[in-house]
Amino acid sequence: MIGYLVQRLWQAILVLLAVSVLSFVLIFLSGDPVASLVPLNARQEDVDNIRRQYNLDQPIVVQYAIFLRRAVAGDLGESFKFRSDALSMVLGRLPNTMLLACTSMLLSMLISLPLGILAASYKGRLPDALSSLVALLGISMPSFWLGVILILVFAGGLRWLPASGSGTWQHLVLPTITVSAFATGLLIRLVRRSVADTMAQMFVVTARSKGLSERTIAWTHVLRNSAIPVVTVMGLQFGALLGGSVVVETVFAWPGVGWLMIQAIEARDLPVIRAAVLMLALFIVVINLVVDVLYTLLDPRIRLGAKAG
Amino acid sequence: MSADAEGVAGTAGDGGAVGPLAIAGQPDAVRLPAAAVGQQAATTADAGADHRPARAAAVRRVGRRRRLPNRQVLVGGALVLVTICVALVSLVWTPRPPQAQDLSLSLLPPFWMDGARPGFPFGTDLNGRDLLSQIMAGAQASLFVGVASVVVGGTIGLLLGLLAGYFGGWIEALVMRLVDIQLSLPGVLLAIAILAATGKGLLNVVLVLGFVSWVQYARIVRASTLGVRAQEYVLGARALGANDARIIRRHILPNILPPILVVATINVSSNILAEAALSYLGVGVPLSTVTWGGMLNEGKNVFELAWWNALWPGLAILLVVFGINLLGDGLSE
Repeated sequence: MIGYLVQRLWQAILVLLAVSVLSFVLIFLSGDPVASLVPLNARQEDVDNIRRQYNLDQPIVVQYAIFLRRAVAGDLGESFKFRSDALSMVLGRLPNTMLLACTSMLLSMLISLPLGILAASYKGRLPDALSSLVALLGISMPSFWLGVILILVFAGGLRWLPASGSGTWQHLVLPTITVSAFATGLLIRLVRRSVADTMAQMFVVTARSKGLSERTIAWTHVLRNSAIPVVTVMGLQFGALLGGSVVVETVFAWPGVGWLMIQAIEARDLPVIRAAVLMLALFIVVINLVVDVLYTLLDPRIRLGAKAG
Repeated sequence: MSADAEGVAGTAGDGGAVGPLAIAGQPDAVRLPAAAVGQQAATTADAGADHRPARAAAVRRVGRRRRLPNRQVLVGGALVLVTICVALVSLVWTPRPPQAQDLSLSLLPPFWMDGARPGFPFGTDLNGRDLLSQIMAGAQASLFVGVASVVVGGTIGLLLGLLAGYFGGWIEALVMRLVDIQLSLPGVLLAIAILAATGKGLLNVVLVLGFVSWVQYARIVRASTLGVRAQEYVLGARALGANDARIIRRHILPNILPPILVVATINVSSNILAEAALSYLGVGVPLSTVTWGGMLNEGKNVFELAWWNALWPGLAILLVVFGINLLGDGLSE
């Protein structure tokens, strides 16, 4: 168990290191970083000064070490555009993104758990076909387009809900539906398969042959055992929801990290892009870690596996 | 392919797909939660690990006659075929040139509404471009990006997965670390970040989407290879003196191909969705190429005035992606 946790923590650190390398390299993918900092007609000595000021004259490994040391200390540079601390700009937006991801997760759970269980219990019949269709539509829908259509219908046509912005719970409704569509489709399919697989297991057959009531079988044998893969994927979907919100926030002008990132891209504001990617990745890694730990508590097989290995 | 080979392939693929999940005592199990992850991973598992009893029945039946394609395959295949035909036709003919602007024809409504003009059944955009022609031309970019990025991602994933599964050792450890790292991050986020730096471009989008999707292939290829490598016929081939290259080409590859094709099918649809999102956000394919995502990007200021500008491109994306997903689901069963 402890061994597993240590291994898992090590893996999380590796991921963060990889992300830091990637976000460090980003600035070089866009060409000479100095070019974006100086006016076109800058004198050569000014260019050299800036190069030195940003340590761009150092070997690349040294530059990375400097970047990493600063990043660990919470210094991700200054926004080119707003001349303010990139990290605090991102952190200021993070609560909004988390809020949207949480409500979306909640909504997709509320829809997908009943629908998935229903589909598994009526496998091959009408409820199964209908919920499978809903699921397939959910994973086939371009989320930003769903957002646009929802705005046109509920904000434009019916005038029930605000089209964009934030502040009240009404502002949260349309973005939540939009972000959750994909995860809902995915979870319906997962819950359906997980419950169906469990129902085919020998211990369920045994329970039934012992004469246990269908209700007992459903609650103590089927649902508990189906929960394991569902919980994992749900936790990991949370990461995907954070990623998906990058796209959807822009549609609704939702003031989260995603919208900030897209605005920063339009302004070619690399420190902000970098800070946004790093922060989102950090959150996703932390959430994945927490999910994995919860998972080991849920599933005894992993504890045994870790001991054996 | 003979009925016999198909049966073997099916079983091998199945065993491969559930392999890392099923064997609890091996070091693999330690990686289980991380291996079961992510939206892509779930789709992959969807494709591979379903219905073992049904598979067994199918294997038995294959001995007598080939199975007819099921309804999902037919409907999904039809949608995909229509899209391919539209894309091909648009290469040589569209009702009007897709990019031809005529401000006197700005924002014409579709055919069933008042004020529609014959010759513009889907209406026009702000610049007076024919939406039907643009939708037809947009099919080219969507299909091209979808397929090309899968070729890129599939090739990387196949190579790394084969190396990891066949040779094991430090290569396997390294590849699986890379897989873990990549699986921890949403592909769209990575793609946006990289494209923000490299700039837009059709080729950039293909490469970036390929680069963020290789993991799915690497995982399934490694798992299937592990399963096939232990089969008697591989040991037999080696005893007869076949070298690694020959074993991989003649024995491993043909047997791991079916599960890869299922993943690839579904991956085409997720990459088409990703391309549309990237182009909508303005970091994907530049507007000089007609894409459905780009149409939504350009039209976003006139949606309130002319909602049909929002309707058609999204509907086109939905139908294609739905069709491909249906096809992938059907093929996996």
